[in-house]
Amino acid sequence: MSIDSMFVHKMWNDDELSKMVDGGVPFPMLSDAGGKVGSAYGVYDPDAGVETRGRFLIDPDGVLQGYEVLTPPVGRNVNETLRQIQAFQLVRKTEGAEATPSGWIPGKPTLKPGINLVGKVWQEWKTSQAF
Amino acid sequence: MAEQGHAGCARPTGGLVGEENESTEQTASQEPKETRKMLMVGQKVPDFTAPAYHKNEFTNVKLSDYLGKWVVLCFYPGDFTFV
Repeated sequence: MSIDSMFVHKMWNDDELSKMVDGGVPFPMLSDAGGKVGSAYGVYDPDAGVETRGRFLIDPDGVLQGYEVLTPPVGRNVNETLRQIQAFQLVRKTEGAEATPSGWIPGKPTLKPGINLVGKVWQEWKTSQAF
Repeated sequence: MAEQGHAGCARPTGGLVGEENESTEQTASQEPKETRKMLMVGQKVPDFTAPAYHKNEFTNVKLSDYLGKWVVLCFYPGDFTFV
Protein backbone atom coordinates (compact mmCIF):
# COMPACT_ATOMS: atom_id res chain seq x y z
CA MET A 1 0.00 0.00 0.00
CA SER A 2 1.28 3.45 -0.91
CA ILE A 3 -0.17 6.86 -1.72
CA ASP A 4 0.20 6.12 -5.44
CA SER A 5 -2.92 5.58 -7.53
CA MET A 6 -3.83 2.13 -8.83
CA PHE A 7 -2.93 3.46 -12.28
CA VAL A 8 0.64 4.12 -11.21
CA HIS A 9 0.67 0.70 -9.50
CA LYS A 10 -0.23 -0.83 -12.86
CA MET A 11 2.56 0.98 -14.66
CA TRP A 12 5.12 0.09 -12.01
CA ASN A 13 4.09 -3.56 -12.11
CA ASP A 14 3.93 -3.75 -15.89
CA ASP A 15 7.07 -1.74 -16.66
CA GLU A 16 9.41 -2.79 -13.91
CA LEU A 17 8.26 -5.29 -11.27
CA SER A 18 7.05 -7.87 -13.79
CA LYS A 19 10.66 -7.95 -15.05
CA MET A 20 11.78 -9.02 -11.56
CA VAL A 21 8.91 -11.40 -10.73
CA ASP A 22 7.48 -13.83 -13.26
CA GLY A 23 3.82 -12.99 -13.83
CA GLY A 24 4.10 -9.71 -11.94
CA VAL A 25 3.20 -8.87 -8.37
CA PRO A 26 1.07 -11.78 -7.07
CA PHE A 27 -0.82 -9.80 -4.41
CA PRO A 28 -3.05 -6.70 -4.61
CA MET A 29 -1.19 -3.38 -4.75
CA LEU A 30 -3.32 -1.04 -2.65
CA SER A 31 -3.75 2.69 -3.09
CA ASP A 32 -4.02 5.04 -0.11
CA ALA A 33 -4.24 8.47 -1.75
CA GLY A 34 -4.36 11.02 1.04
CA GLY A 35 -2.88 8.61 3.56
CA LYS A 36 -6.10 7.96 5.48
CA VAL A 37 -5.35 4.30 6.07
CA GLY A 38 -1.67 4.97 6.75
CA SER A 39 -2.66 7.58 9.32
CA ALA A 40 -4.91 5.09 11.12
CA TYR A 41 -2.02 2.64 11.19
CA GLY A 42 0.46 5.26 12.38
CA VAL A 43 2.76 5.09 9.37
CA TYR A 44 1.72 8.09 7.26
CA ASP A 45 4.24 10.94 7.33
CA PRO A 46 2.21 14.10 6.63
CA ASP A 47 5.33 16.25 6.23
CA ALA A 48 6.69 14.08 3.42
CA GLY A 49 3.22 13.13 2.16
CA VAL A 50 4.12 9.44 1.95
CA GLU A 51 3.83 6.25 3.97
CA THR A 52 6.85 5.04 5.91
CA ARG A 53 7.96 1.43 5.50
CA GLY A 54 5.46 -0.23 7.84
CA ARG A 55 4.73 -3.94 7.91
CA PHE A 56 1.82 -5.40 9.90
CA LEU A 57 1.10 -9.06 10.67
CA ILE A 58 -2.63 -9.56 11.12
CA ASP A 59 -4.01 -12.88 12.33
CA PRO A 60 -7.17 -14.65 11.07
CA ASP A 61 -9.26 -12.83 13.72
CA GLY A 62 -8.09 -9.42 12.48
CA VAL A 63 -5.83 -8.97 15.51
CA LEU A 64 -2.46 -7.29 15.12
CA GLN A 65 0.29 -9.68 16.18
CA GLY A 66 3.33 -7.64 15.21
CA TYR A 67 4.63 -4.73 13.22
CA GLU A 68 7.84 -3.15 12.01
CA VAL A 69 8.35 0.37 10.70
CA LEU A 70 11.48 1.52 8.89
CA THR A 71 12.54 4.83 7.38
CA PRO A 72 12.54 4.72 3.57
CA PRO A 73 16.20 3.97 2.71
CA VAL A 74 16.34 0.54 4.40
CA GLY A 75 14.48 -2.43 2.97
CA ARG A 76 12.72 -5.20 4.83
CA ASN A 77 13.94 -8.71 5.61
CA VAL A 78 11.30 -11.00 4.13
CA ASN A 79 12.76 -14.10 5.81
CA GLU A 80 12.28 -12.50 9.23
CA THR A 81 8.68 -11.69 8.37
CA LEU A 82 8.08 -15.32 7.35
CA ARG A 83 9.78 -16.56 10.51
CA GLN A 84 7.52 -14.40 12.66
CA ILE A 85 4.41 -15.67 10.86
CA GLN A 86 5.56 -19.27 11.46
CA ALA A 87 6.11 -18.47 15.14
CA PHE A 88 2.71 -16.80 15.55
CA GLN A 89 1.04 -19.69 13.74
CA LEU A 90 2.68 -22.19 16.07
CA VAL A 91 1.55 -20.25 19.14
CA ARG A 92 -1.98 -20.05 17.73
CA LYS A 93 -2.06 -23.75 16.89
CA THR A 94 -0.96 -24.75 20.38
CA GLU A 95 -3.34 -22.18 21.90
CA GLY A 96 -0.48 -20.66 23.84
CA ALA A 97 0.80 -23.94 25.30
CA GLU A 98 4.07 -23.33 23.45
CA ALA A 99 6.07 -20.13 23.11
CA THR A 100 9.01 -19.41 20.82
CA PRO A 101 12.17 -18.13 22.52
CA SER A 102 14.59 -15.66 20.98
CA GLY A 103 16.20 -17.03 17.83
CA TRP A 104 13.51 -19.66 17.28
CA ILE A 105 13.09 -20.98 13.77
CA PRO A 106 10.91 -23.93 12.73
CA GLY A 107 12.45 -27.16 14.04
CA LYS A 108 14.12 -25.52 17.04
CA PRO A 109 12.77 -26.27 20.52
CA THR A 110 9.93 -24.21 21.92
CA LEU A 111 9.22 -23.37 25.55
CA LYS A 112 6.19 -24.63 27.44
CA PRO A 113 5.25 -21.85 29.83
CA GLY A 114 3.97 -23.02 33.19
CA ILE A 115 4.83 -23.26 36.84
CA ASN A 116 7.50 -25.88 36.20
CA LEU A 117 9.39 -23.56 33.88
CA VAL A 118 9.75 -20.74 36.40
CA GLY A 119 13.46 -20.20 36.99
CA LYS A 120 14.30 -23.14 34.75
CA VAL A 121 14.61 -21.51 31.34
CA TRP A 122 18.39 -21.71 31.70
CA GLN A 123 18.06 -25.51 31.53
CA GLU A 124 15.87 -25.40 28.43
CA TRP A 125 17.42 -22.63 26.39
CA LYS A 126 20.99 -21.38 25.86
CA THR A 127 21.99 -17.90 24.74
CA SER A 128 23.74 -19.44 21.75
CA GLN A 129 20.29 -20.42 20.46
CA ALA A 130 19.43 -16.74 20.06
CA PHE A 131 21.68 -16.49 16.99
CA MET B 1 -13.15 -11.70 -2.45
CA ALA B 2 -12.43 -8.31 -4.01
CA GLU B 3 -15.05 -6.51 -6.00
CA GLN B 4 -14.29 -5.28 -9.50
CA GLY B 5 -13.02 -1.72 -9.52
CA HIS B 6 -13.93 0.95 -12.01
CA ALA B 7 -11.19 2.69 -13.97
CA GLY B 8 -12.77 6.07 -14.53
CA CYS B 9 -11.11 9.45 -14.81
CA ALA B 10 -11.43 10.34 -11.16
CA ARG B 11 -8.61 9.18 -9.00
CA PRO B 12 -10.33 6.76 -6.61
CA THR B 13 -9.49 6.47 -2.98
CA GLY B 14 -10.58 4.28 -0.11
CA GLY B 15 -10.81 4.85 3.58
CA LEU B 16 -11.62 3.43 6.94
CA VAL B 17 -14.72 1.29 7.27
CA GLY B 18 -17.41 2.52 9.62
CA GLU B 19 -16.03 5.99 10.07
CA GLU B 20 -17.72 9.21 8.99
CA ASN B 21 -15.59 11.62 7.05
CA GLU B 22 -14.19 13.99 9.60
CA SER B 23 -15.20 17.57 9.28
CA THR B 24 -12.32 19.63 8.00
CA GLU B 25 -13.65 22.75 9.66
CA GLN B 26 -11.55 23.99 12.49
CA THR B 27 -11.89 27.16 14.48
CA ALA B 28 -8.85 29.40 14.44
CA SER B 29 -8.20 28.85 18.12
CA GLN B 30 -8.00 25.08 17.76
CA GLU B 31 -4.61 23.48 17.68
CA PRO B 32 -4.16 21.00 14.87
CA LYS B 33 -5.21 17.63 16.17
CA GLU B 34 -2.40 15.26 17.05
CA THR B 35 -3.63 12.12 15.36
CA ARG B 36 -0.43 10.18 14.89
CA LYS B 37 -0.78 7.13 17.05
CA MET B 38 0.61 3.64 16.80
CA LEU B 39 -1.58 0.56 16.91
CA MET B 40 -1.28 -1.83 19.83
CA VAL B 41 -0.34 -5.46 19.31
CA GLY B 42 -2.99 -7.85 20.52
CA GLN B 43 -5.76 -5.46 19.45
CA LYS B 44 -7.96 -5.55 16.36
CA VAL B 45 -6.67 -3.46 13.48
CA PRO B 46 -8.87 -0.82 11.81
CA ASP B 47 -10.81 -2.14 8.83
CA PHE B 48 -10.47 -0.27 5.54
CA THR B 49 -11.24 -0.41 1.85
CA ALA B 50 -8.75 0.58 -0.80
CA PRO B 51 -8.61 0.60 -4.57
CA ALA B 52 -6.05 -1.83 -5.88
CA TYR B 53 -4.29 -3.18 -8.92
CA HIS B 54 -4.11 -6.97 -9.02
CA LYS B 55 -3.23 -9.21 -11.96
CA ASN B 56 -4.24 -6.81 -14.70
CA GLU B 57 -7.47 -5.74 -13.01
CA PHE B 58 -8.54 -2.81 -10.89
CA THR B 59 -10.29 -4.04 -7.77
CA ASN B 60 -11.45 -2.75 -4.44
CA VAL B 61 -9.96 -4.53 -1.44
CA LYS B 62 -11.60 -4.67 1.97
CA LEU B 63 -9.38 -5.87 4.76
CA SER B 64 -12.18 -7.67 6.63
CA ASP B 65 -12.76 -9.88 3.57
CA TYR B 66 -9.50 -11.56 4.61
CA LEU B 67 -10.73 -12.61 8.06
CA GLY B 68 -9.79 -16.28 8.47
CA LYS B 69 -6.43 -15.75 6.78
CA TRP B 70 -3.10 -14.37 7.86
CA VAL B 71 -2.45 -10.98 6.30
CA VAL B 72 0.84 -9.18 5.74
CA LEU B 73 0.03 -5.52 5.17
CA CYS B 74 2.99 -3.54 3.85
CA PHE B 75 3.24 0.21 3.41
CA TYR B 76 6.04 1.78 1.38
CA PRO B 77 6.98 5.32 0.36
CA GLY B 78 6.20 5.14 -3.32
CA ASP B 79 6.13 3.34 -6.64
CA PHE B 80 9.38 3.59 -8.59
CA THR B 81 11.34 4.46 -5.49
CA PHE B 82 14.35 2.27 -5.24
CA VAL B 83 14.34 0.10 -2.14
